[in-house]
Amino acid sequence: MTETTPTSLGMPQLPAPDFPADVRARLEADAKEVIARYPDSRSALLPLLHLVQSEEGHVSRTGMRFCAEMLDLTTAEVTAVATFYTMYRRKPSGDYQVGVCTNTLCAVMGGDAIFDELKRHLGVGNDETTTDGKVTLEHIECNAACDFAPVVMVNWEFFDNQTPESAKRLVDDLRAGRPVEPTRGAPLCTYKETARILAGFPDERPGAVAASGGAGPASLVGLRLAKGEAPHPRVVHPRGEGPRDEPQPGAQHLSSHDAPQQTSASDPAHPAGPVDEEGE
Amino acid sequence: MTLAAELSGNGNGSSPEKLLAPVLSAFWDQPESWTLETYRRHDGYEGLRKALAMSPDDLIAYVKDSGLRGRGGAGFPTGMKWQFIPQGDGKPHYLVVNADESEPGTCKDIPLLFANPHSLIEGIVIACYAIRSSHAFIYLRGEVVPVLRRLHEAVREAYAAGYLGKDILGSGLDLELTVHAGAGAYICGEETALLDSLEGRRGQPRLRPPFPAVAGLYACPTVVNNVESIASVPAILTRGKDWFKSMGSEKSPGFTLYSLSGHVANPGQFEAPLGITLRQLLDMSGGMRPGHRLKFWTPGGSSTPMFTDEHLDVPLDYEGVGAAGSMLGTKALQCFDETTCVVRAVTRWTEFYAHESCGKCTPCREGTYWLVQLLRDIEAGKGAMGDLDKLNDIADNINGKSFCALGDGAAAPIFSSLKYFRAEYEQHITGRGCPFDPAKSTLWADGPHRTTEVNA
Repeated sequence: MTETTPTSLGMPQLPAPDFPADVRARLEADAKEVIARYPDSRSALLPLLHLVQSEEGHVSRTGMRFCAEMLDLTTAEVTAVATFYTMYRRKPSGDYQVGVCTNTLCAVMGGDAIFDELKRHLGVGNDETTTDGKVTLEHIECNAACDFAPVVMVNWEFFDNQTPESAKRLVDDLRAGRPVEPTRGAPLCTYKETARILAGFPDERPGAVAASGGAGPASLVGLRLAKGEAPHPRVVHPRGEGPRDEPQPGAQHLSSHDAPQQTSASDPAHPAGPVDEEGE
Repeated sequence: MTLAAELSGNGNGSSPEKLLAPVLSAFWDQPESWTLETYRRHDGYEGLRKALAMSPDDLIAYVKDSGLRGRGGAGFPTGMKWQFIPQGDGKPHYLVVNADESEPGTCKDIPLLFANPHSLIEGIVIACYAIRSSHAFIYLRGEVVPVLRRLHEAVREAYAAGYLGKDILGSGLDLELTVHAGAGAYICGEETALLDSLEGRRGQPRLRPPFPAVAGLYACPTVVNNVESIASVPAILTRGKDWFKSMGSEKSPGFTLYSLSGHVANPGQFEAPLGITLRQLLDMSGGMRPGHRLKFWTPGGSSTPMFTDEHLDVPLDYEGVGAAGSMLGTKALQCFDETTCVVRAVTRWTEFYAHESCGKCTPCREGTYWLVQLLRDIEAGKGAMGDLDKLNDIADNINGKSFCALGDGAAAPIFSSLKYFRAEYEQHITGRGCPFDPAKSTLWADGPHRTTEVNA
């Protein structure tokens, strides 16, 4: 998806349009339920931002205006919060957010190679969406599953012990609309539906809570040893992958997720020094 | 099961059965371990009954006597945190559980909540009874929806069974519990940033004092505890503080979750008395991946200074790790073998700290940014020898001079890697590049037959 960046000519932006009346009525009812959970209404801001994201797939100016009105805040106050947290998307994105952990441990264990391979396979860069609008690819930070490294998250469900091949099959399945089940978590719903759960509305799908069973295999290694059982061998090739011997494409990169590595001295495009990519 | 016989048959008292102590993880392998029914079958909510039979002050004293210390990293005594809450002040009191597990390498609270969320909820009810709180919050990081689902369900079950809500178990205690999903910000694991975030603001740390015990959530007395700390409380009450103190050492009593990850044969969770060593954990679990040697590891996440193979016998408790120059932290034992480039590892961690720095204070915001620039150059073979001292200088200007511990955490991998692996940094500079092949470090580098493999 190509994004056109609006050019600022120094004119203040007009207030964002409101949601259509029926949407607004529905969201207001939800918002009031969320606000009632907190002693102070402003505490509901993060859940409400998840809520408007569940409506539009990202946090729009309309969504922020809605939050501001519900909580009696200014849109500036809401914008300040919405831009601080990485889970709020700032632009329309895909139905499935595929996040590859490239923090040190996962990166070293293969996350860098997986991310490079997915970029090549999908033809998109970090935080970009495939042309069919299905998959948004991004690299993510440590997601508290290091004993299942390398980890890929899709709409914040766990896909443990991934390889470049398994990850490619995963995104192919997502784009083809084939059902995909995480190693830990429930059968995938869309990003919007996930955002509604994050807003504090439990997943009502039958079996969603129980899906994928109890603790993952790595979580049970110590318990099994303590019971005198052999450790269950780690699952090297999830999703039925066969062995491969050839080196992984992209595995030679160093810090591939932020390449090219430029300093202010070497990057004339950013004379004041490279800014963080989220800041651009 | 022949491997188990081999492992436990070494006859020198170091068998896993003797070294490990599953408590919180004891029934994770049971069917539907996350349900109230399974929890009740394993003494669930028995600790709460004992707690409600005590006076709140006696309960605080009991938890204090048990010696339980915070499992989120700092190791502050849990009972003492509760005791700091002023009583009779006429203000609401709050308990906020820090479930924002985001420290790189840390992966204990998420599996705990996925498999056994009721241990946390029972601990919350007990803690709220002790500190006279009628509203508690679980601040769960947003990026773990499977865990959020189970917390929603566990809280629903607990309300339905009368463990939450009005007049809990006829004690007169009223308690509301709100599950709050964060939105992606490592800094919110810092307790005062977490409170700002829970109040609907940017997650930036607050100046202390006043401490949260005096002016926390909504400027009211607030206890902020880690998930594992609170979840450990029911077992202490059910089985007694003496049982708890029979494990670990005098200053570091009890059991805890150790998370083994990286280039090991069998990564996973290992619940053991405090003071076990990495050597013991590796010995029992199959060691490093076949044909490789341990090079460096973190005792408690990336913010704790790294160790090397010299430190395999350091007792993993608060004092032992501290005496060896690091911190127990979250007991996130990330193990890297000789194929791993330490410069690459530290660069990536530093990129993380720079990305997650909240921007409030200058040393951290600017320092982490410049560390990344230097490290990227060094990793790419464009560094100069003087950069190494510059790295040390910048880290020194962050460490202890930042607003919160994120800055100290960012400095830790720099200092410790330069201490143990300066020659490797120099090699990148003199050799004009990285001498390591990252393909050799991957999970699949040694082919599919390197471990006893099964198909998913």
